[in-house]
Amino acid sequence: MAIFVDDTTKVIVQGLTGGQGRFHGLRNRDYGTKVVAGVTPGKGGQDVEGIPVFDSVADAVSATGANASFISVPPKAAPAAILEAAASDIPFVVCITEGIPAHDEARVFNTLLRDHPGTRLLGPNCPGIISPGKCNIGITAGEIAKPGGPVGIVSRSGTLTYQALYELKQKGIGVTTCVGIGGDPVPGTSFIDCLREFQADPATRAVMMIGEIGGSAEEEAAELIAAEMDKPVVAYIAGVTAPAGKKMGHAGAIVSGGKGTAQGKMDALAAAGVTVAQNPTEAGDRMAELVARL
Amino acid sequence: MDLFEYQGKQYFARFGIPVSPGGVADTVDEAVAEADKAGYPVVVKAQVQVGGRGKAGGIKLAASAEEVRVHAGNILGMDIKGHVVKRVWVEHASDISAEYYASFTLDRSAKKYLSMVSARGGVDIEQVAEEEPDAIVRTWIDPVDGLSLEHAREIAVAAKLDAEALDGAADILVKLYRCYVEGDCDLAEINPLILTPDGRVHALDAKVSLDDNAAFRHPEWEEYAATVELDDRERLAREKGLQYIGLDGSVGIIANGAGLAMSTLDVVNQVGGRAANFLDIGGGASADVMAAALEVINSDENVRAILVNIFGGITKGTEVANGIVEALNRVDVKAPIVIRLDGTLAEEGRKIIAPLLSDRLISQPTMLDAARTAVALAQGSK
Repeated sequence: MAIFVDDTTKVIVQGLTGGQGRFHGLRNRDYGTKVVAGVTPGKGGQDVEGIPVFDSVADAVSATGANASFISVPPKAAPAAILEAAASDIPFVVCITEGIPAHDEARVFNTLLRDHPGTRLLGPNCPGIISPGKCNIGITAGEIAKPGGPVGIVSRSGTLTYQALYELKQKGIGVTTCVGIGGDPVPGTSFIDCLREFQADPATRAVMMIGEIGGSAEEEAAELIAAEMDKPVVAYIAGVTAPAGKKMGHAGAIVSGGKGTAQGKMDALAAAGVTVAQNPTEAGDRMAELVARL
Repeated sequence: MDLFEYQGKQYFARFGIPVSPGGVADTVDEAVAEADKAGYPVVVKAQVQVGGRGKAGGIKLAASAEEVRVHAGNILGMDIKGHVVKRVWVEHASDISAEYYASFTLDRSAKKYLSMVSARGGVDIEQVAEEEPDAIVRTWIDPVDGLSLEHAREIAVAAKLDAEALDGAADILVKLYRCYVEGDCDLAEINPLILTPDGRVHALDAKVSLDDNAAFRHPEWEEYAATVELDDRERLAREKGLQYIGLDGSVGIIANGAGLAMSTLDVVNQVGGRAANFLDIGGGASADVMAAALEVINSDENVRAILVNIFGGITKGTEVANGIVEALNRVDVKAPIVIRLDGTLAEEGRKIIAPLLSDRLISQPTMLDAARTAVALAQGSK
């Protein structure tokens, strides 16, 4: 089992004819993901290494029965691309685009909530999602993830996600699904959405959560873990030493007005019974100990 | 990007938000000229992006040109908490009957816009929030709906603004909302929003923070970008297109990815050191990017050791290693370098670096080991 995507997921790539979309779309297909179509307005009828390209998402969906979209288009075009996928009733949309204005993200998120409740958006500005051995949508290098289980991963940071996957693989621990929710201020999918899914997924028996400074998503996750989860969680939060008022690379990673500190998040998670690690390596070690006892 | 007060007021004016007549001045003579235009009495205000200007003597009332000359002379060049005043804003002094507070920002938890309005303006709003939370009216606005004049008036009423201020305040709230949304602000705040004895409402201060991601649709922001205050290291990094933030430790940091870079800072701290910077070289790690990163770190005199922490996901370890080797050929690095290279093709990458290893270039297998070595080097060479 896995969450959100598995071997039945059929993916279209919006922006397949662009540099990034082509590179990652083909990599995802090479991994074994069912990449069934590409969408680029004006390029319908062409193909990218055998993957048919359509003018619109609606055309691609009616021709292929796709049930997921991978959006890799520039920031200016991304909001419309997300809404186009939603208008075609695609249930799962992954947008890796970095640099979308916050107001566009807020407007898109609330439009989906109101008009397209059947569509879940992952991202923007995220590495994507991988259910190892089944489906990989986004930019994660599939070979660093060991298929199977029993661990589910949810993370706000790209490279730390890879680090987590890799450390678990080194220790011989498999992963059900690894979700990168992204570091932007208005993520389509939050920690709590993923934690709920992991709690409900029988194959996932423990969860690793990687957070960072800024916002209150980790505190909300702590509340959910305390109230709804009985599966063990190991967490690591990056940015203990980040100075207040400075954005640390991710648009969302900023400590402001004393809120969103790493220590506050770690305290909240520890109080919810989460095993809180001080660095990524320790998180891997704690998870290995925990898995050995399952 | 945070705007100076004068830029914020100019930005407000674009959206029709009333501000006091005034102008910006870099010299005493310019200040007097702006004061003559604005009409006496005037307020001379230091333009620095730090709180506590008034207490530091950076805001002065002047009744005449002579007084403007004295105050502007004192304020220009003044050091306020490490910020040297290069500009003053000179505006007509307003008579004040009441001071309010109004702002729009994003509530990341609710994923809606948050409007905060209070009849207790003119003071630190965070203090009001702590001592009298009920004195701030919080309203969540769905970005799809927007803010109507009617709704804005309801907010002003709920905040218990004075009756004669309601219409003016509601009008300003709608304009401030437009400024926040169409102007792509992360924060649009007026504190204080004042009521004058003759019943007019206007913005006496302006705090505006712009969303850098929206710069592509705001060519007018270029003039603001030109006045952003950066230290020399940050300016060099910006020229090279790097995500760099200067800190005050002795271990220079180069990492790929924002999360890993933050994590590297933390681990250096955990093993007893202090980072000199945050530097994210992004997904790729070409020789050009690596050379630029080493140049920026090299320009920091406090750096005693450099920690390069790379995890190859898509980026192959071999490419990173080749980038490092080439960069070292181009840049004469002053401090010893500790490299941790892991992930995709890391072993092959380490083989590429192996012939260059010395006491100036050390390879370590894990992030913790690398941090310990870098910190020991930084402290040993003090």
